[in-house]
Parts: sequence; C-alpha cells; structure tokens
Amino acid sequence: MAAAAEARVHAEVHRESFWTRYVFSQDHKVIGLQYLLTSLFMALVGGALAMVFRTQLAWPQAGVLKADQYLAAVSMHGTIMIFFVLTPALLGGFANFLVPLKIGARDMAFPFVNMLSYWVFALSIVPLVASFFVPGGPLNAGWTAYPPLSALPQAAPGSGLGQTLWLLSIAIFCVSSLLGSLNYITTILVMRTRGMSLLRMPLTVWGIFVAAVLALLTFPVLMAAGILLLFDRLAGTSFFVPAGLVVGGQVIQHTGGNPLLWQHLFWFFGHPEVYIVILPPMGIVSDVIANFARKPVFGYPAMVASMLAIGILSFLVWGHHMFVSGMHPLLGTGFAVTTLLIAVPSAVKTFNWLATLWRGKLYYSTAMLFALGFVSLFVAGGLTGIHLGNAPVDIPLHDTYYVVGHFHLVMGTAAVFGIFAGIYFWFPKMFGRLLDEGLGRVHFWLTLVGVYGTFFPMYYLGMAGMHRRIYDYRAFPFLSHLQPLQVFITLSAFLIFAGGLVLAYNMLRSLAAGRPADPNPWRGTTLEWSTKSPPPHHNWHGEVPEVYRGPYEYSVPGASQDYLPQWEPQPAGVRAGH
Amino acid sequence: MEATPQAPSPLEETQRSGLALGLVVWVFSLLGVLGALYARWAWTPHSVTVEGASIQHLFDVILAIILVAFVLVHLLLGYFIVRYRARGSESALYFPHHTALEVTYTAVPAVVMVALSVAGILLWSRVHAAPPPDAFVVEVRGEQFGWSARYPGPDGKLGRVDNRIQRPFNVDPEDPAGRDDVTSPEIYLVVNRPNRILLRTRDVQHSFWVPAFRLKKDLLPGATTELVLTPTQRGEFDLACAELCGVGHYTMAGKVRVVTQQEFDRWLRQQGRR
Repeated sequence: MAAAAEARVHAEVHRESFWTRYVFSQDHKVIGLQYLLTSLFMALVGGALAMVFRTQLAWPQAGVLKADQYLAAVSMHGTIMIFFVLTPALLGGFANFLVPLKIGARDMAFPFVNMLSYWVFALSIVPLVASFFVPGGPLNAGWTAYPPLSALPQAAPGSGLGQTLWLLSIAIFCVSSLLGSLNYITTILVMRTRGMSLLRMPLTVWGIFVAAVLALLTFPVLMAAGILLLFDRLAGTSFFVPAGLVVGGQVIQHTGGNPLLWQHLFWFFGHPEVYIVILPPMGIVSDVIANFARKPVFGYPAMVASMLAIGILSFLVWGHHMFVSGMHPLLGTGFAVTTLLIAVPSAVKTFNWLATLWRGKLYYSTAMLFALGFVSLFVAGGLTGIHLGNAPVDIPLHDTYYVVGHFHLVMGTAAVFGIFAGIYFWFPKMFGRLLDEGLGRVHFWLTLVGVYGTFFPMYYLGMAGMHRRIYDYRAFPFLSHLQPLQVFITLSAFLIFAGGLVLAYNMLRSLAAGRPADPNPWRGTTLEWSTKSPPPHHNWHGEVPEVYRGPYEYSVPGASQDYLPQWEPQPAGVRAGH
Repeated sequence: MEATPQAPSPLEETQRSGLALGLVVWVFSLLGVLGALYARWAWTPHSVTVEGASIQHLFDVILAIILVAFVLVHLLLGYFIVRYRARGSESALYFPHHTALEVTYTAVPAVVMVALSVAGILLWSRVHAAPPPDAFVVEVRGEQFGWSARYPGPDGKLGRVDNRIQRPFNVDPEDPAGRDDVTSPEIYLVVNRPNRILLRTRDVQHSFWVPAFRLKKDLLPGATTELVLTPTQRGEFDLACAELCGVGHYTMAGKVRVVTQQEFDRWLRQQGRR
C-alpha cells in the first residue's frame, strides 16, 4: 500500500502546472499560505482603517472623516479583523499548513473541499470590498449589525446597498468556514500517523481542533441569522423588525419581529467566535514557549482539558453581551455564572505557561518574544473579563471603551501575537528561509509598546464612561477633557501599524534573501520538523514517520541532547515520556 | 530525518538576554496599575444613585482582586524572563506535572469566581427588584437623534402611545389616561425616592446612559424597557446614548435633572399652565 501511495505521489508531482500548484492548488501547504497571506493583506487594510479613525478621534476638530465615514470605518475594521484576518489566518492559514504536518498526514482529508474553502473565502471578500464603492458606502451599523439599524435603509446611509453586500459577504464566508472546519475535524480524527494518539498531539493541533468544532457548530447560526436579515431587507419579512417604528419621518411597514432575536443569534455565534480565534494561538504559544524554554509544557493534560472546558462553556455565555439589552434579568444571572466560570480554565492555562518558564533555559527568538507578549496581553485583557462578566458590574461598563480595551487585548492583539509568534516560528518551514531576527525584534518592540499604549488607556476611558462608536466626543462634557489621552492612544496605535510594515518588509526580504533553514532550525520535537523545509508535496519523501512519545520531550534527563523528537525511536537509557 | 545537531543552529544563535523584556513587563504592570488607580480616583464619576454606589463598590472589590493578580503574574513573568535566560551548558528542569500545584491553582480561582458570582447575583437581583408602587414614574423616549420625556398628570397614569399617530409624543387621543400627560424635552428625576424610568424608542436601538448614575439600559424597538433607581444627590447630570443608533449617534447628548419633589411639582404645574 505504501508503495502504491508513493507511486501516486510521484505521478501527481509530475502532473502539476503553475495553475494547479500555486493558484487552484489542493496541497494543504499552498492553501494554508494562500489563507495566511490573504489574511495578512487584509490586516493591512483593517489596520489602515484604524489609523484613519484613530486620527479622527485624536484630533476631532480636524475632521478627517465625516460621521458616516467614521461609522463605516469602525464597522469595516471590526468586520475585517474578525472575519478576514483572525479567523482565516488561524482556521485557514495555520490550520491548513500545520495540521497534516503535525499529525503525520500527507494532506487534508478532502483536498478538493480544502481548495474550495479558500476560493469561497476569496469570493466573500469581493462584496465586502465592493461595498466601499456603492452609494451610501459600507455598513454603518458596527460589525455586530444590530437591526433595526441594519435592517432599514432609512436608518443610516450605510444601511443601504452597503449593508446588503456585507450580509452577502458574511454568508459566503460562513460557507467557506464550514468547508474548512469539517476538513480539519475529519483530518485530525482519522488521519493521524501511527503512534499519534490524541494525547500526543501538539497543543496547536488541539487548539485548532476545538476551534474547528466551535466553528462548525456556530457559523451556521450566523449564516441563518444573516439570511433572515437579508429577507427582512429584501423580501419584506419581519424577523427582527417590530411593528410601529417611524424612521426618518417614515412609517415602517414591518410587523411582529423582535430585534433581540438577532442579538441572541449573533452572539450565539459571536462568543464562541472569540474562542475560535484564541484557542489556536493558545496552542501556538504553548508550542513556542516549550521550544524556546527547552521544557515540556507544564500540565499538558490540564492544558487539553482547559481547552475543552473553554470550548464547552463558550456555548453557554453569549448572553453576557446582552446584560443591558432588555432581555429578562433572570437570564443575566445564568450567563454571569457561566461567564465567570470560564476564568478558571483560563487561569489554569496562564499558570501553566508560567510554570513552563520556571527553571527553563529561555532563548529569546522573536517567536518567543511574541509568545511571552501573548501571555502578558492575555492576562491584561482577560482579568477585566471578571468585571464585565459580572452582570451588575457590566451595567456601567457595557458598550464603553472598557469593553474595547478588554477584547482588543484578550482576543484581538493576543491572537495577533499568537499569529506573529507562529509566523516567526514556522516561516522557515513554510519557505525554507528564516525571517531576519533583527528586524523581528524591531517589529516586536514597536508592536508591544504600541499595544500597551493603545489599549490599556482604553480601560481608563471606559472608567470615565466613554461610550463606543462616537465620531466626536466633544459634545459630552465628561469626555472632552480626555482628549490628550486620545492623542496618546492614537500615537501608540501608529507604532503598531509601523510594526506591521516592518513585518511585511521582513517577509519580502527574507523570502528573497533570508538565511536558508535546515529541516529543524529551532531543534523542535514535533513532526513538522522531521521533513525538509519547505516540505515536499505530500510532506515526506518516503514513509510518513511514526510517533513514539508526547510532543514536548525537552531536556529529558539522561538524553544525549536537550530534545527527543516525536519521530525518534526510544534511545537506550532514557525513561519513557508519556 | 536525522536530528543530530550540526554546527550552531538558529536556536543557539538567538538572543539570550531577557533583561529588556523583563524590565518592560515590570514597568508596564506598574504603570498599568498606577493608571488604573488614577482613572478610578480622578475620572470615574462619583455615583449619585443608591444602585450605582453598590455597583461601584463591587467594581472596586473586583478591581483590587484583579490588580493583585495582574501584578503577581507580571512580577513572576518578568522575573522568570530575566532569571531563566539560557546560560552555558546549564539545562532546563524536566518538570511536566505537579498535581498538588495544579489542583491549587485550579481551586483558588474557582473559589474566588464562585464568591464573586454569588455577590454579583445578589446585587443583580437587587438592581432588578420590582419598583414600589409609589415610585416616581417618567417615560424617556429616544429617537434619531435626541431625547424627550413624558410625565403622568394628576391621574398618575401614562396614556397609550402609537408612533404612527401624528400628535405630540404620539399619544393616542382615544386613551383617557393620556389626556393629562405632560411631555417635555427636559428629563427630571426626583431625589431620594425610587424612580421608575420607562424607556421607549421610536426607531432603532438606543441606550440610556448616565455615567454619574453608573447605570444604563437599552431602548428596545417594539418594547418598553425600564430602569429603577434612587438618586441621592440633586443636580444636572450628563446623559448619552450608548448604543450605536446611526450617523448622529455622537450628537445624542442630553441632561438629566435630579430635583426635590417640591421643585418637580412646581415645574409640573408650570407645564400644565402653558
């Protein structure tokens, strides 16, 4: 059978043209890179939008944006960062590139479906970008698109064609996400190599697995909600629009809908979504920290268990986005308890990362710097979740900059730090060349200082009561005196964007002239390091390696070197890992 | 597949000093804490409602807990980064598990979270307790992009409204309860007694947010929501719309005036005379 597979591999390699190899490729590695590079490009777009609206907020008197343009910019920034950067970079880029390499599979379970998922994703960008060029511009209703604001064209300039295109884009994106998650779940469950039991999987794979399950179960709900809203907009139905509204002097003809239904459906997706984008980085960061601390991840079973606990609880917390929405107060009680419980597995993960560092042998590669930054940001952002999840305390904080600071730290920039750590770590595997570490450090310091300076002061704005999505705060006496802080935040945000440009330059430069990488430049233990950099089509020349031990056997007493790769048979005189 | 180390690998050539990062982690956590304390002390409005004061108190308790946790984690993180940098041939400790340690740091957060949940639930139910029947009643209406209010007249009842009726505040003329209602752009509340604020929107979502009350509530299209509170201080307080409601969202600023019962009664009589 192996021989037959080899023959097939050989035949396919020879059949490839430029188009099937780089464009309509069915190779998981190419598809992963397509996803990753598309996401990074979209990050520049989403980041540029943020630079523009931050300029508006720092110097409102200059008026760089008009009010509707401001709303369009913040709405598109959120949409792009969530749907077109974080989600596809992780459950697309890293998931595709890493899953088969890390579990010992030659490709994904369904390579054609995999190719389809990328191209459906690329298609979903078209209506989104088109919405910049239609009358009224892109949506104004925020990335959460609450109806009736998003349902009624009279309600805002962006609630016209721009909103319709947004819904279309998101619905198409949901299809792509489903095709992807189905593939990751199937591949992880059935295509692991010999010896790769579930509890020998690297935590990156666990993070991707749990995230894919969440995506599979929640994106359909978002898609259904989006289609219902499209019906309300285009077909005269009233799922979300109640009777008796008057907008812009015009009596609205809808009857019988309920806007809270949208919030429930949206957040049933929306809360698991934040874990969809944070679980894979949690895994990446665990891999990177173990590698550069030369130590096993402390408490591996607890790390897996906490990922599963977070995954399950994430389905039961959506109502904490709705404490002041007018839903029944009794529901608030339940959602507060489940939300606060999520702090427990999150704390376990943090302490386990710290315990992994304790008495390690730490090497500060750029990947490691970003992984350590992740831990700091996750804590800085996560702890205020204890305020926001506690229903009564959320009342004054809801929809203020306290929330903006919280989620940007805990799942926005933390996830981005996970992505950056992953890029510096796996770039040599992806392209056969290392990224420049000097430029990497410039990128890291700009980003870290920029992120702290941007998002920590947002907590202070939130404490002062600054509410979200306001184009000009000078009408509010309790906010106008805080303009110097706004300037500070904006200048810090510029540093983050500058850091992003350094990364882009580093990637282009290193692709062309980076230092060539051997198969295992970081002396790692997991299977992707057992093959060439970059790996050949179908990942390994010859047999797929067999797995003999857990993923993090670093500094095992008695071993001749400070790491025991998963694929090496047991050397004599060394006690067995798990 | 050969994994024997060759000449110096990129791993061995990476930077060894964690001093800069360790220091930045410490300095950041110090500045973060100082900033938070300053923002709490100088910028957070002093609560002028009974409910808001309780909420602020729980906020402060949690703030103390999370600042301690924040500093603790960052002290350790910074210390480990500086202390455990790779040095010479010293190797890392093989330390994959420690059951007692893991159970401890699962149990401690769990106990804290359960305690905070209980405190939160108790306060939540107090904040949402049914208002006494003699509470002061006012209806606040939001629309793109402004606020207005309606007060029951001598009958103590607010009449039915229908947004489609072209009359002030869309009050239904068929409903006798509405004939003596007083409508005004001014929002008044009465100090030192429970106030029941009924919230209604004509168009899209809005949110009634008075920072000094430490309270907010959404206005939900198709329904009436309510906020019950007891102001403890007379004065004029900033009102803002905290839920994105369209292009003029940022202009939805207003004032809430908390007055004594006598002051309110006098004002209401003047309205009736107009």
